[in-house]
Amino acid sequence: MMGMSRIVKTITSIAFPFVMIYGLYIIAHGHLTPGGGFQGGAIVASACAMILVAYGSVWTIGKVKEKHLSALESLGAIGFIGLAFFGLIFGLKVFFYNFLVGQNKLPIFNEIGKGLSNINTAGVLPLMNFAVGLKVIAGLFVIVLVMAYATRIKEGK
Amino acid sequence: MSARNVVAVIFFAIVAIFFIFAALMVHQFGNPDQYIEPEMDQYIIDNTRDETGADNGVTSVVFDYRGFDTLGEATVLFTAVAGVILIFRRLKK
Amino acid sequence: MIYNIPFIAVVALILVGLFAVIFKRNLIKIVIGITLIESGVNLFLITLAYRQDSIAPIYHGTGSRLMSLPVPHALTLTSIVIGVAVLALMLSLVVHIYRNYGTLDARKIGREEE
Repeated sequence: MMGMSRIVKTITSIAFPFVMIYGLYIIAHGHLTPGGGFQGGAIVASACAMILVAYGSVWTIGKVKEKHLSALESLGAIGFIGLAFFGLIFGLKVFFYNFLVGQNKLPIFNEIGKGLSNINTAGVLPLMNFAVGLKVIAGLFVIVLVMAYATRIKEGK
Repeated sequence: MSARNVVAVIFFAIVAIFFIFAALMVHQFGNPDQYIEPEMDQYIIDNTRDETGADNGVTSVVFDYRGFDTLGEATVLFTAVAGVILIFRRLKK
Repeated sequence: MIYNIPFIAVVALILVGLFAVIFKRNLIKIVIGITLIESGVNLFLITLAYRQDSIAPIYHGTGSRLMSLPVPHALTLTSIVIGVAVLALMLSLVVHIYRNYGTLDARKIGREEE
């Protein structure tokens, strides 16, 4: 698909970091406010689709290769399953065990909140939010990019 | 009026009557304790803050109490992306 | 019977989607019908979880109020993501069919006599 005019390209470049920061905020605070990995990932994928519409699919595929996005998605999936397997290895007997809550060996995310929006709570949940958010961003962006590049209209057919 | 159209209309009428009767026999809107007692949800509401330490009840259900369903959903998303890339490949000659 | 209106809305969505799948010929209209059935099922899941005068299941400070049931909200999240995945695959197949046959009529494809 062809790009749009110069005014649209400028305004999209200005608005893209704000939407991305908003989506990453929703992913990171998933255990305190409504939101989480899937919702924030959909917001950041919308921002990336806005870039694709404004600049054209030929220019975007020249900058972002498809195999790097596939590697990012696989990294998110491996992180999610690795966090699930740690509950099985560390001497505990179930598959998805929350092993970071209420212990004193590793000082990461181990407190129990009392409803006052402390980020340092909820164990393994924020790490899983990041892994699933990365997977959803890469997956939705690859779907839109591949479908836009494969159905473009060639010049002078 | 071919035979295919008559069978389709009869099937659609049966399904519509069945659905309308079912919508009037579900519990009253706003009262899920009318026919059964939701013990699992009441346990989750009472013990989320002590066992997981999160303030968001829905996130603790999605990732901690029912994490296996999220694993299945991640697999479905991966399969969909793999299928879309597979359909639009161009083999270079 | 006036207090079951959300369930009547769910039935209306599902029946309109089913009508589009059975009685229409264009492939894009059939895909839209499948998406309407998907939306009706999601609305049904979150309508089951409401208690009268309750808030969303999120804690603020101390004290407790009546909360909605959290498990159907989690099932609806999964269902929405699966709906997006199915829609992406269906549209890719429609594009591929159009390139191969040249038409989008559901009664003219796949009938080669060999």
